[in-house]
Amino acid sequence: MNNLSIRVPYVTRVEGHGTIAVDLKEGKLIKSVLEIVEPPRYFEAMMKGYLYTDAAVISSRICGICSVGHQITSVKATEKALAFDVSDQTVTLRKLLVYGATMQSHILHIFFLAAPDLFSAPSVIPLAKTHPETIKMALRMKRLSNDICDIIGGRTIHPNRLVPGGFTKLPTREQLLWIKDKLENQMVPDAKTSFELLKSLADKFPAFSRETEYIGLKTDNEYAFYDGDVSSTDTGLTPEKDYLSITNEFVVSHSTAKHAKHKRSSYAVGALARLNNNYGKLNPLAREVADALGMKPIVANPFLNTVAQLIETIHVTEESIKILDTLLTTGIKAERPFVPAKLHEGTGVGCTEVPRGILFHEYTYDNRGRIVKANCVIPTNQNAQNIDDDMRELVPWMIANNFDKDKMTLTLEMLVRAYDPCISCSVHFLDVKYVE
Amino acid sequence: MGKPKVAFFDFTSCEGCQLSKLNLENDLLDILELVDIVNFREAISNHGEDYEIAFIEGSISTPHCVERIHKIRRQAQIVVALGSCAHIGGINAIRNNMDQDEVREAVYGNDKYLFPSIKAQAVSDVVKVDYVIPGCPMDNQEFKRVLSALLTGKIPEIPEYSVCAECKAKENECLYDYGVVCMGPITRAGCRAACPTNGHYCYGCRGLVPDLNKNAAKDVMEKYKLSIDQIKKRFYMFNTNYVNMEEKSYE
Repeated sequence: MNNLSIRVPYVTRVEGHGTIAVDLKEGKLIKSVLEIVEPPRYFEAMMKGYLYTDAAVISSRICGICSVGHQITSVKATEKALAFDVSDQTVTLRKLLVYGATMQSHILHIFFLAAPDLFSAPSVIPLAKTHPETIKMALRMKRLSNDICDIIGGRTIHPNRLVPGGFTKLPTREQLLWIKDKLENQMVPDAKTSFELLKSLADKFPAFSRETEYIGLKTDNEYAFYDGDVSSTDTGLTPEKDYLSITNEFVVSHSTAKHAKHKRSSYAVGALARLNNNYGKLNPLAREVADALGMKPIVANPFLNTVAQLIETIHVTEESIKILDTLLTTGIKAERPFVPAKLHEGTGVGCTEVPRGILFHEYTYDNRGRIVKANCVIPTNQNAQNIDDDMRELVPWMIANNFDKDKMTLTLEMLVRAYDPCISCSVHFLDVKYVE
Repeated sequence: MGKPKVAFFDFTSCEGCQLSKLNLENDLLDILELVDIVNFREAISNHGEDYEIAFIEGSISTPHCVERIHKIRRQAQIVVALGSCAHIGGINAIRNNMDQDEVREAVYGNDKYLFPSIKAQAVSDVVKVDYVIPGCPMDNQEFKRVLSALLTGKIPEIPEYSVCAECKAKENECLYDYGVVCMGPITRAGCRAACPTNGHYCYGCRGLVPDLNKNAAKDVMEKYKLSIDQIKKRFYMFNTNYVNMEEKSYE
């Protein structure tokens, strides 16, 4: 194959607008990129002048799908900037919320966005006819994760109980007991069934691999989601406040989303990157599943991010049960809502592992509690260059393996989907030119 | 008669409303029995152009968006604006009051004139909209109500009273008593006072209630000694386009 041109405008089953563009001329790969073509958002500019109580409400709207992650990261940044005291109970409940959101997002991606490719279907809709039990199970798992977010955060999309300092309303003991029961008796068996299913489909994932730098949070006590230091498989730990030395964002001409790089030409964040950094801290069942699926670090096949998401779904289910045991033993204590901040100038960084990878928010406040400067660094931006670098190696690999054009196109789409990119998030800042 | 063909389109938005529909887990399979979804980029790969009902999510914010929405309007018999961004411009419209040139420069530096962008507008600012489902995110139950009305040939109705009415009916404590500025008195109901019920101030995402009693709203604000600046900023959050229109009418 010497000449080839592939365009997939508006890749489907991903969040936001992206176009795959590959050109091969006389055997030479002259273009292989994900062009990001999403309209303007300007969030950092829009947040200027708003009060510290509004930062999470506005930044949540960067992305509905990632709104739990944006709000948690936002309130953490504000709390650091304005020196809030945050109770252990608040931290524990926020972790539970992060886990619920992680399950929800991972299940949506595994079954609704990625699985149709594994079953050679255009969407989940025909699967509802051909694999009704699987789809009913997926809906049940997703519903439960949403119920967790509803119970802790008030609602799943743009939660309405999170404020700097704590929660405006707390869950009841009965609600926590209900979640625990559902996790133990419904989610765990469903997750085991999902594992068997994914195992049976293992040969549908392309056997391509390309090692890169994997970056995720890391902490001593647990598989890090809520906080920790920034860990790289190349360079070790960096404190969160120095995140800019990791992310080094830059602009490329084919994408309205900024790209990022650290030690190599690109790095990866997300479930696979977290697993590569935190494998040793997996809970027992998740560890068992990881080992049975051959997911031992370093896993360098980007398509297996979807498999890493299932392992994490199991891990956070186990972790949530542990947390609920603790919460139910100590009991939920009422806390005073709306504790105002002691206003002073300050800057704070918050970072959280959200479903698609590590998310940073940084705010600077003036002495009246108003935002002077805001910066958000999004997982999909951090993955953007890594996707391009994968494509650059994947195209020659597919040619060497005699893929025809249709199979190449599908495989490229599967690669982009494997990253579960969130393009609305990634262009929260930049403007756009449409390519059709 | 075949099932009605329905399409979902997303413009400038966070896609939360699209996800919101996928969160109707218990009803999704039933809905699929009643309608034929021909276009829903976030969830399905195949797409068709012969839809009758178009649901629009997101604001109109580039020249390309304007072109696309006209094309959709020409095809669809019924256009429904879904969520704050499509209904009122929503949070995207905050930037409408910033110096557009400055914004572009902050983003593109010297290349600021390369990329066309326009102010973030509601869908109804550009084409005729038949019905709206307000909210950020849209309310799932309301979506179901509007969809059932459309499928049975009825006119979908949404409440014309304020969030305060729903909040009082739930016997919630008033957030003003905690010194919190809440948009409940002037915001269109229909969310079952979702935010104040969870202890969070209402930010007016459903747009302002029709025939707003502005003086009564001012009285509330005065009673709690709130500065005009505090109130305005909160007004602007989701309702910049409305406030701008109002201010223009006094000029």
